Amino acid sequence: MWNTVFPYLLSGISVGGQYALIAIGYTMVYGILRLINFAHGDVFMVAGIIMIYISASGMPLYVCIPLVILFTALIGFLIERVAYKPLRSAPRMSVMISAIGVSYTLQNLVLYITGGLNKQYPTIPWISDSVTIGPATTKIVTVVTPFLTIFLVVALVLLINKTKIGMAMRAVSKDFETSQLMGININSVISTTFVIGSFLAGVGSILYFTNYNTVIQTSGAMPGLKAFVAAVFGGIGSIPGAVIGAFIIGIVENIIKGMDVILFKSGVIARPLGLATFSDAFTFALLIIILVVKPTGLFGEKATDKV
Amino acid sequence: MSLLYVDNLKVSYGGIEALKGISIRVEKGEIVTLIGANGAGKSTTLRAISGLVPLKEGTITYDGQVISGQTPQKIVSEGIGMVPEGRRVFPNLTVLENLKIGAYLRKDDLQPDLEHVYQLFPRLQERSWQLAGTLSGGEQQMLAVGRALMMRPKLLMMDEPSLGLAPKVIQDIFSIIQRLHEEGITILLVEQNANAALKIADSAYVLETGSLGMHGTGMELLGDERVKEAYLGKTTRT
Ligand SMILES: Nc1ncnc2c1ncn2[C@@H]1O[C@H](COP(=O)(O)OP(=O)(O)OP(=O)(O)O)[C@@H](O)[C@H]1O
Ligand SMILES: [Mg+2]
Repeated sequence: MWNTVFPYLLSGISVGGQYALIAIGYTMVYGILRLINFAHGDVFMVAGIIMIYISASGMPLYVCIPLVILFTALIGFLIERVAYKPLRSAPRMSVMISAIGVSYTLQNLVLYITGGLNKQYPTIPWISDSVTIGPATTKIVTVVTPFLTIFLVVALVLLINKTKIGMAMRAVSKDFETSQLMGININSVISTTFVIGSFLAGVGSILYFTNYNTVIQTSGAMPGLKAFVAAVFGGIGSIPGAVIGAFIIGIVENIIKGMDVILFKSGVIARPLGLATFSDAFTFALLIIILVVKPTGLFGEKATDKV
Repeated sequence: MSLLYVDNLKVSYGGIEALKGISIRVEKGEIVTLIGANGAGKSTTLRAISGLVPLKEGTITYDGQVISGQTPQKIVSEGIGMVPEGRRVFPNLTVLENLKIGAYLRKDDLQPDLEHVYQLFPRLQERSWQLAGTLSGGEQQMLAVGRALMMRPKLLMMDEPSLGLAPKVIQDIFSIIQRLHEEGITILLVEQNANAALKIADSAYVLETGSLGMHGTGMELLGDERVKEAYLGKTTRT
């Protein structure tokens, strides 16, 4: 039984880590702007595309990887400056529409550049190698992801709780005006938030696409949506919430994908039922149940005044 | 030269004029108070000075420099501190963090200023690790004042610091205001509690729906029949 479940659990934890890196971007931007940044999943996809084109230019990977992360962070910064900052005092709905616009713009741009073809993600040595852990054989990236995720999350939490810019971020997330009265430049704090969110999505994209091998203009949609669900599940605005939510969703999703095999091998069912097909539907059903029981998510704040 | 000179200030919110051209002078070392009914435009005046709302017309000069049109950060850095209406402490930050964020633009040692604030408000020291959102209303008001002091303002603007506080706490706040004044801070005080404000004010302005009404020393206005009738009848508002 354990031998059957373990590989699914392992990939669940790994995918969960990748979702977490995306989910943090959603939750941080929501925390500070009360905006669902629909373009975030596409930023993640664009990070994948950038990697493909940069590595095709022949640069060594130890140059490509930092460049990808840097460019991704820059894209996050630019999106905020161009599409959200001019709408700072506009109704939230307008900013949301702007976010949808950015999302499609990025997808169309990538479609234009790639011609809609699946692009092969470069093989990153070492993390693409196979490794056997107990009953599971997987890529090293699967094992590395959760550790890297936890490391980055701890660093981020320290940044937010222990540094001056972190303190400013917490202040701005509560009260723009009073923050300004303290001498805080809210625009640079908001930009910082986008840079951090995109930076993490950039890291996440390297881990994720190493696993999935190809990138196409819609590749950001599903992981983006899952990460968004994770952020809502954990209580949007809360970083620990988003991370825990992401791991739960990653694990549940993968266990369901393996449910047929698990049930079959343990003799509960005689032939496959095709349950894997429902893994996405199940993810959303889970979200609905959580939100019915606990409308603010696992770690959400009670006050939803700004929503 | 006045420390602060507001000249013909007009502010409108979506076409509705909240300030219809008011002029105010604050001399260095004075306590100046601005009184008026609800909606008269008192907060709007302070917010315009802080750079939070754009001016439609007029100029604001501080320490010989035109500050109107500047960003709030720039205005704060010039030495204008504000205790906003309704306290507005950061509920998700600790008391200590709220004080530190008040000194956001400073890069020097904050310890002497923290000690000064703790000396004014010992209660804040006891509660320095508590989240500001869990403080009582009076404690939050002390924190809002302490926070504004952390950037060593030359001019401190206070918007209804006594609002919603018990009479004893109001007394405390007013004696703190006088003490800050003795320490050399110039104060621009907006109050509904006109009686108490006029008693300590060197100079006072009455604001009536966006226009300036009477102006005089605190004592002059305190003795004025029309002021008595309009603002001193029942001055405590909770
Ligand atoms: N953000 C805003 N948008 C639209 N109108 C506003 C805004 N802020 C204030 N006003 C209007 O401007 C006028 C002056 O408001 P202001 O807050 O300055 O009054 P106030 O004298 O401080 O009153 P109070 O004693 O109740 O605090 C009011 O009519 C108010 O409705
Ligand atoms: Mg007011």
